[in-house]
Amino acid sequence: MISEKGLLRLTILFAVLCWLSLVLADIFLLFAEINEANAGITKEIPQLLLSLYIIFVYFFFKIRIQKAESINFIDLLWHVFSTGLIVSLIQLAVSLFFYLLSDSKLMQNPLMVNFFYHVNLGAVIIFLVSTFIVWKRLILYQKNKRLLIIWQIFEYSILASLLYSFFQTSGQQWMFNGLLGIFILYGLVLSFNLKWIAYLNFKQKWRSILLLALVILYLYYFVNNLFGFSQEFNLIMDLLDNVYILSIAGFIFIYSLISILVILFNLPTSSVFEQKISEVLNFQRLSQSIQKGDSENQVYDVLLESSNNAVFSSSAWLEIYQDNEPVEILKSNISDLKITQVRKSIQDSGIYAYLNKHKSNKFKKDLNLNKLATNLNDPDYGSVLVMPLIIQDRQIGLLVLLKDVSDGFNKEMIDIISSFVNQACISIENFELLTEALKNERYKEELKIASRVQKSLLPHSLISDTEFEMHAFYESADEVGGDYYDFFKTAEHKTAVIIGDVSGKGTSASFNMSQMKGVFHSLVQFDLDSKTFFTKANHALSHCLEKTSFITAAYYIINSEEKSISFSRAGHCPGLYYNSQEKKADYFHNNGMGLGIVRNERFEEFIDINKIYYNSGDILFLYTDGIIEATNSEGEEFGYERLSNYLEENSEKKPKEIQDGLIKYLYKFIGSENLEDDYTALIIRFL
Amino acid sequence: MINITTNIEGKDHIIIVEGDVDASSSIHLDEALTELANDELVKNILVDGTQLNYISSAGLGVFMSYIDDFKSKNIKMVIYGLSEKVLNVFQILGLDQLMTIVSDKKEAKEKLHEVQS
Repeated sequence: MISEKGLLRLTILFAVLCWLSLVLADIFLLFAEINEANAGITKEIPQLLLSLYIIFVYFFFKIRIQKAESINFIDLLWHVFSTGLIVSLIQLAVSLFFYLLSDSKLMQNPLMVNFFYHVNLGAVIIFLVSTFIVWKRLILYQKNKRLLIIWQIFEYSILASLLYSFFQTSGQQWMFNGLLGIFILYGLVLSFNLKWIAYLNFKQKWRSILLLALVILYLYYFVNNLFGFSQEFNLIMDLLDNVYILSIAGFIFIYSLISILVILFNLPTSSVFEQKISEVLNFQRLSQSIQKGDSENQVYDVLLESSNNAVFSSSAWLEIYQDNEPVEILKSNISDLKITQVRKSIQDSGIYAYLNKHKSNKFKKDLNLNKLATNLNDPDYGSVLVMPLIIQDRQIGLLVLLKDVSDGFNKEMIDIISSFVNQACISIENFELLTEALKNERYKEELKIASRVQKSLLPHSLISDTEFEMHAFYESADEVGGDYYDFFKTAEHKTAVIIGDVSGKGTSASFNMSQMKGVFHSLVQFDLDSKTFFTKANHALSHCLEKTSFITAAYYIINSEEKSISFSRAGHCPGLYYNSQEKKADYFHNNGMGLGIVRNERFEEFIDINKIYYNSGDILFLYTDGIIEATNSEGEEFGYERLSNYLEENSEKKPKEIQDGLIKYLYKFIGSENLEDDYTALIIRFL
Repeated sequence: MINITTNIEGKDHIIIVEGDVDASSSIHLDEALTELANDELVKNILVDGTQLNYISSAGLGVFMSYIDDFKSKNIKMVIYGLSEKVLNVFQILGLDQLMTIVSDKKEAKEKLHEVQS
């Protein structure tokens, strides 16, 4: 396909060629006529060339003017004006030429006259056709399908009228007039499509009037000029005989005239239109300001400025509240002193009382907007409009608009201010929500880090021993939890194991858990017996746990040399022990006391120390209360019995399998996979 | 979730704890106990746990934190009516060794009287 630029060049080339041939053909015909010779060509040939010329010019402008990207009406009119100017200059030059040579013999030569007439003809056609296309663009601004069809019928039938010239005979004058009349009437109907005028501002309207008036002036001059030629000289080709040219000239004139009149009548109301458009634009600014990443203050600025402009207030201020206390006042054309005075007047008018009533109601009821505007008893201001800025149930600001006349705020103004304020509030609320969401996102990230750190506090690898195999499992309900387990090989044949649970849940619990880890690793080095371990741990923790916090723990020392387990319990759930010889699982019945509950020497009295000897196949099952207290939808706890029964039934399995089966059982019991508490299990099976 | 009412019967203040005492609701229990601890007229406190369904470690922490406080102020506290499940929680932690926990109100009153005499 040929590019647009190529098409433009091609149409220019053809138009010029057509015009040159037209000139040649006409002069040839004329020459033959003068010499009474047979030219060898019929009269239809120049008509055809003229029609082709018009068509090429038409296509040229159709492509060119459509190319204008954004519709700018003044630019389009300016285009018409400048084309007209060039055409007038050409015509003036031709006239000047005639004037200077009016006496010479040259001017008597019909060949010369006809040549210059063709120059004029070419130029006028360019003006008419280009203006016609511009008018088309204006008429079809905000088009609908119906209008488009009506226009296309008009445009194509006018083009088709070019064919008429071929059949034209002098006897058909009535047909010529009839056709012209129909086109002009049709054009008149189309000329009332003037939507573009509403979008002009005051200044643009004046400029449009001026440009359109010039178009009429051009048209008059051109037609007059053509008439002059037609009257004065014998023309081989008279443009005034062409129905196409006369129709579009008439249409251009009618549209220009109607546009001028409509613009003139629109001038007084144009400020209202401009006002409405600026309101819409301000509205957009208010709603977009947040997206652009502006701060709340910029929203307030835009609100004050646009409200001020929308109702033409003489002064205004905007109070910004934080926790119901005014923190900032944005002022427009008013002093602090005056604000204090005006506030008193507003107080007298009862608006504050009305607002306070709604405020104490948490703005549950809609405000009666008409009650927010009133006349003032003030030397400078006659009326006031007070509009609160409300987000949900709290007031974030107060907009006060003042006018020097009384009854200055009508219903439309109150409504538009209310819309502005609402839009600003929405913007600010969005901004707040966004900030909060970002903050929450950051907290979540922090918690994730905390969760990672805490997981790293638990041992990474399990102890492998020829005497036993072990498996540990930990899952917390929140990101961070308070469960703790650990182990340490204190000697070749001795392993210390601890399991613990910190009171409370979440972050505070996890902090105490890390303290417990510190205590364990400090004390385990000394290879203490379990009772001494707890006594010292209690002593240490008494100084760091807050009053209501405590830690429960159980401490086991496995001695693989003498195949014994010695253990103590500090308030933790009693350990479950499976005896492979009796094939029974039982809980230990040793006394104990949570760490941090008795914060003095008496603690020791509450701690028992026990010792058992294990056999191959025995299982030591350590856990936290998350397992026991897991509750199903009926409020029933998992409990001790289910756990011991489960262990008895699965005693032949490896620790990992025991754990996997248990968690499945537990999830099935509670009916979901959401734990409400932390869950830890440590399973040691003796070989 | 939790419902705490304080009644006065003669010289005794009775706190009735109903429902679940978990990390969040334990605050209300703490408030009720603080009020009594700061009242100089209060000498005897009975905690009615008949309707206490569940107590978490945070709830136990609240009771625990008043043990020393009450002792120094010479306030006697007796808990009664705990279900087996809840009592077990107290026992595992060892709190039953530090606090007076009895089965019913009558026994609780006797206990207070006995301690007083």
